[in-house]
Amino acid sequence: MKVAFFPGCVSKGACPELYVSTHKVAEALGIELHELTEAPCTGAGVLSEQNPALADSLNGLTLAMAEKLGADLMTICSTCQGVLSNHNYQLTHKPERMERANAVLSEQGFTYKGTTKVKHLLWILVEDIGLDKIRSLVKRKLTGLKIAPFYGCYILRPEEYLGLREKPERKNYLEQIISIIGGEPVEYHGKSKCCGFPMVTMNRDAALTMGGNHIMEAKSKGADLLVTPCPLCHLNLDAQQPDAARVMRQPIDVPIFHLPQLLGLAFGYSPEELRLDHHVVPTAKALEKVELKV
Amino acid sequence: MHVKMVVGRYAPDRKLDGELGAPYPPPYSDKPRKTYQTFEIDLHDEAMVLDGLIHIREYVDESLVVRCSCRCAICGSCAMWINGHAKLACTTKMKDVLENGTVRVESPPSMMPVRDLVWDMGPFMQKMRSVKPWLEGKPVSPDEEYRVPNEAMDELVQEVSCISCGACLMDCESYAVNDKFLGPHALARAYRYANDPRDSMQQERLKEYSDPNGVWDCTHCYECVHVCPKGVAPLEQILKIRQMSVAAGYTNNAGTRHALAFAESVRGSGRLNELTLMPKSLGLFNIKAQLQSLPSAFNLLRAGKLPPIIHHKIPGVTRVKAIFKKVGGPLT
Repeated sequence: MKVAFFPGCVSKGACPELYVSTHKVAEALGIELHELTEAPCTGAGVLSEQNPALADSLNGLTLAMAEKLGADLMTICSTCQGVLSNHNYQLTHKPERMERANAVLSEQGFTYKGTTKVKHLLWILVEDIGLDKIRSLVKRKLTGLKIAPFYGCYILRPEEYLGLREKPERKNYLEQIISIIGGEPVEYHGKSKCCGFPMVTMNRDAALTMGGNHIMEAKSKGADLLVTPCPLCHLNLDAQQPDAARVMRQPIDVPIFHLPQLLGLAFGYSPEELRLDHHVVPTAKALEKVELKV
Repeated sequence: MHVKMVVGRYAPDRKLDGELGAPYPPPYSDKPRKTYQTFEIDLHDEAMVLDGLIHIREYVDESLVVRCSCRCAICGSCAMWINGHAKLACTTKMKDVLENGTVRVESPPSMMPVRDLVWDMGPFMQKMRSVKPWLEGKPVSPDEEYRVPNEAMDELVQEVSCISCGACLMDCESYAVNDKFLGPHALARAYRYANDPRDSMQQERLKEYSDPNGVWDCTHCYECVHVCPKGVAPLEQILKIRQMSVAAGYTNNAGTRHALAFAESVRGSGRLNELTLMPKSLGLFNIKAQLQSLPSAFNLLRAGKLPPIIHHKIPGVTRVKAIFKKVGGPLT
């Protein structure tokens, strides 16, 4: 299938391993990635809260680009997904906002009609590719690995913008994928909670404790690793994990995988190809459980 | 309908049979653990969770303590954790929350337990009081009553639906790690008064809420919007205070600096510059905070994850600049 690919700033910045592993997995699954290289940042909600008209126009531009391409818009970041879903909802449900955005976009040679569907890779995997196809591509079962899903807020809330009222099963896709590739999903309260990233500059200790608490809860339930569809969660849970451990005065030491890295492992790619050697928290201990080294 | 209700009970003066729960997280880690008891009962198919609890109290164990009154989402007494999420027991249908015929009901770990399903509303009410939830009249009263245009009320009615049940605070992620945070309910109420044309304290209010533990300490997780049984959407009210306080010039805080740096980066390059966002948000002269952020920058560098030193613009950046200019308003 062909998708308009919206990689988001972080996969092209501090989380290049997400960008690389997405391409590997897409190749294996036959997802044709048409990257929207001229699409702007969503504003991550920061622009939306201060200037909704500006965020409507910037995100309307991205939605119009996908519409022109005639493909679903694929994100690989819960935050990008949340913001684009939010603005797509507002534009398609409130004619005055659509009109206002199009008045801006028309000067740039674009008009958004309102037909684009915004889908996170996670949703595409289950809804468009299908679990059977994924199962057929598994070359290396991750048997013995206890994997804790960590969704990130903006792929779960608000439910009406994300289509979760119509498709409540979207709240369990990570568990379904973990099971299909041979892992054991870890059930814990924190999986649908906040990683703390949005307030890390406002209240650092609270933000780090927030993320740290969720990792420690998963660890207490036996998790070898966490997997997340959001690179911002990844940054707070992986890159900031040593700092979180300092603030909480206890070791944490749980690696955080991006969704396509986990899937890529099951598809037989090497840890290096998926850049699992480019994490702040070493992935070696978890990989040893499936007899892999980095 | 045959139902298994697992009820988290708290009664420090009694020995209860059942499964011992996890220790309370801070700040209540000194409290005894809850005991989970399972009750198997029969209810009619449309029964609410509260019907089940009342059934237990009336027919199985009269010592069970439940707080309830109106049974129709008006009094706000019966907010509790149902399967780990804040809900009103009176408006939650049992059949909607059963998992393999079982439902788990308890007081939330973020609130001080009093007895069984009753938790202490003290901190909730204290936060509500602290935002001065009343109108401070204008210094000079008009000759007749204050006339308020209908449109001025449109924005405020959403919060007026609040029944002070505590659902938003009990599942608030920021409150869970910082009990000084004013909380979604109090900030939503604060917005209701700060944006009322009859109030004379707007500036003082906006200043106070943009200080630490105010609107910028909200982590924007939408949990309060999700759990509120009355559609108050506290986060949306918090975001409106953020807009108002930035517009009013209360900008000497990390939240505003973060928003300004974010906008500047997107306007200039079409994308986020992660390398400069953090230092600019912390405040370039905030030496302590800058030093604190250094180890994580070093960790990123060591893992080969530090964003490129030269920040690249996206190919369509002129379009983005034109949109900023055309739309105008805050952050442009």
